[in-house]
Amino acid sequence: MITYLEAIRLAQQKALATDARVFLYGQDIGSFGGAFKATKNLAAEFPGRVLDAPLSEDAIIGMAIGAAIEGARPIVEMQFADFSTCGLNQIVNHAATLFYRTNVPCPIVVRLPSGGTSGGGPFHSQSLEAIYAHWPGLVVVTPATVEDAYSMLLEAVNIDDPVIFCEHKFLYYHLKAEKLPDTALPIGKARIARAGRDATIVTHGAMLHESLAAALELTEDGYEIEVVDLRSVKPLDTDTILASVARTGRLLCVSEEWPWGGVTAEVLARVSSEGFGLLDAAPMRVNAKDTPVPYHPDLWAAHRPTASTIAAAARRLLQI
Amino acid sequence: MSKKIAPVTQSDFIKAYRLMLTSRVLEEKLAGLYRAGMIKGGVFLGRGQEALSVSVGIQLRRGDIFAPLIRDQCGRLAFGDSVLDTLRTYLGSQLGSMRGRDGNIHRGRPRDGYYAMISHLGAMIPAVTGALLARRLKGEQGVVGATCIGEGGTSTGAFHEGLNAAAVEKLPLIVVVANNQYAYSTPNSRQYACTDLIDKAIGYGVGSHKADGTSLLDCLQTLRNAIHTAREGGGPQLVVADLLRLVGHGEHDDFAYLDPKLKKSAIGSDCVLSAEKHIIENGWHTAEELAAWRRETEEEINATADRVRREPSPDPSEDDWAALSRPEYREQYAAS
Ligand SMILES: Cc1ncc(C[n+]2csc(CCOP(=O)(O)OP(=O)(O)O)c2C)c(N)n1
Repeated sequence: MITYLEAIRLAQQKALATDARVFLYGQDIGSFGGAFKATKNLAAEFPGRVLDAPLSEDAIIGMAIGAAIEGARPIVEMQFADFSTCGLNQIVNHAATLFYRTNVPCPIVVRLPSGGTSGGGPFHSQSLEAIYAHWPGLVVVTPATVEDAYSMLLEAVNIDDPVIFCEHKFLYYHLKAEKLPDTALPIGKARIARAGRDATIVTHGAMLHESLAAALELTEDGYEIEVVDLRSVKPLDTDTILASVARTGRLLCVSEEWPWGGVTAEVLARVSSEGFGLLDAAPMRVNAKDTPVPYHPDLWAAHRPTASTIAAAARRLLQI
Repeated sequence: MSKKIAPVTQSDFIKAYRLMLTSRVLEEKLAGLYRAGMIKGGVFLGRGQEALSVSVGIQLRRGDIFAPLIRDQCGRLAFGDSVLDTLRTYLGSQLGSMRGRDGNIHRGRPRDGYYAMISHLGAMIPAVTGALLARRLKGEQGVVGATCIGEGGTSTGAFHEGLNAAAVEKLPLIVVVANNQYAYSTPNSRQYACTDLIDKAIGYGVGSHKADGTSLLDCLQTLRNAIHTAREGGGPQLVVADLLRLVGHGEHDDFAYLDPKLKKSAIGSDCVLSAEKHIIENGWHTAEELAAWRRETEEEINATADRVRREPSPDPSEDDWAALSRPEYREQYAAS
């Protein structure tokens, strides 16, 4: 069985093996294999192409940008998504503006080990996809399955634009698949993870699995919930979302991000303005609470959406 | 190592001086256009810093990387930028390299190794460092990358991170600091507390070079040494030149905060005038010849400016408004 984390490692291995332009750069990723072991053994297998970086997020991203201008395909690892804010300037002001300004694309992949795990606390748990999606010039992806972790990372390396790869730490070890896919939906296309007729849940990342569990729970009440896995939050597949809402008439958006200005807000805004006539009830959303992510497992479990809070919200939506 | 480095010759000096003259005259033109309200946005000049700037740009080779900053008009011209593209960018011509999408000093052609600075000071140091890393991974040898910055920019995190990372990788990076005494209005006493900025070099484990920013000869020789050392595998080189910015921060700035004592001190002298004096005193050219060069340069630049002023502005209805290279990824949803 292949874990989500192993899929990320294997995708990097394949990228290194098949494309001489690829190199990996990040803290502790060399012989140590990375804080999560996403680059285990790769330094030995690809000498000189898996490089330990100093503790310098600005330099790591900035160097990736310069390397990309020179024709390389760097994949950089932020040890945790939370620390990418120390490299934020290079991402949003340098990588994201390069193509528009100079007509030279910036093919970098920035891997962000994202999202909460029990005991992670305020600085090792954040979901930052919305802030990166805010800036023009970035592609922001949020694989929720082992298959997507693998195929989207490989696809990201081949994209000429900067890709923010939000891999979810909660999924690293316990999400498993029999084998890796040969083909995949392209980045930019959402996936119907579960078909239904009574309401649509639009979600991404680890919340896909909470949402699927909630949908299963609601079958006991006779409801069939459709679940849309966004896969990439930018570009956002508005067509697939609207088509689903057209089938169900009800929309619940679920995200582990903070609520203010996040992916759920964007989806609701689009559906409300483009698909108002499709809605039988006011659209709803469930997000993490608007506080830093708490450390204690009990607080953390209550801070983020779970299958039961999602199911409860869906019930309210269905009763309107 | 330095024994192998050729001394600066008369012809090197003259070539550099002519670029300084072009840069000076061009910047005077830009200031005039700014006062006449014809420039789109701000104007930031390198008056007083031409000797240092030219010494970087002119001594890099084709295939090297150069990331100039705010006050490097002269180094840009030396590295292959043109008066025409400078004017196009400042005047917002659609035909400029930045197509109206960015302006003034924020221009470049990254594919030619001429990087387009972002405003955020310090950010170009990691970028050039990474470019050099990529060149090394490709197996290229003998390439260097240079980038310039002011003393204010040395206080950024990116300066520290970039120089440190370059030092760890022993990359052929040359960081040139123009210590022009002010970062906008902030004097050096509020910028750093070390005795001399060059003292930072030892902390990073990089080579160090001090230059007299008012002397073209000294700048040329110092940069030649620094570039040579980097090219020969000596790792990153930090160059610090003391000088004085002879204009306000931008043309909007009256420079009222300038300490008159600095103006009268040795660093307050004008490197262009000093270079002219050097040429005349050595009998290389007469004052009349230099005056004729200036007139020619002025005529050429005036003609170019007149031509650019007749060029079209970017047409909003023709811009593809694309921040991403791949069309499928462009947000169809964007408000219009
Ligand atoms: C990170 C960052 N902060 C603030 C600014 C605004 N700013 C532009 S130039 C400048 C002063 C720069 O001083 P220095 O680095 O000494 O260069 P100089 O202008 O003297 O050539 C400032 C504060 C900026 N461009 N980047």
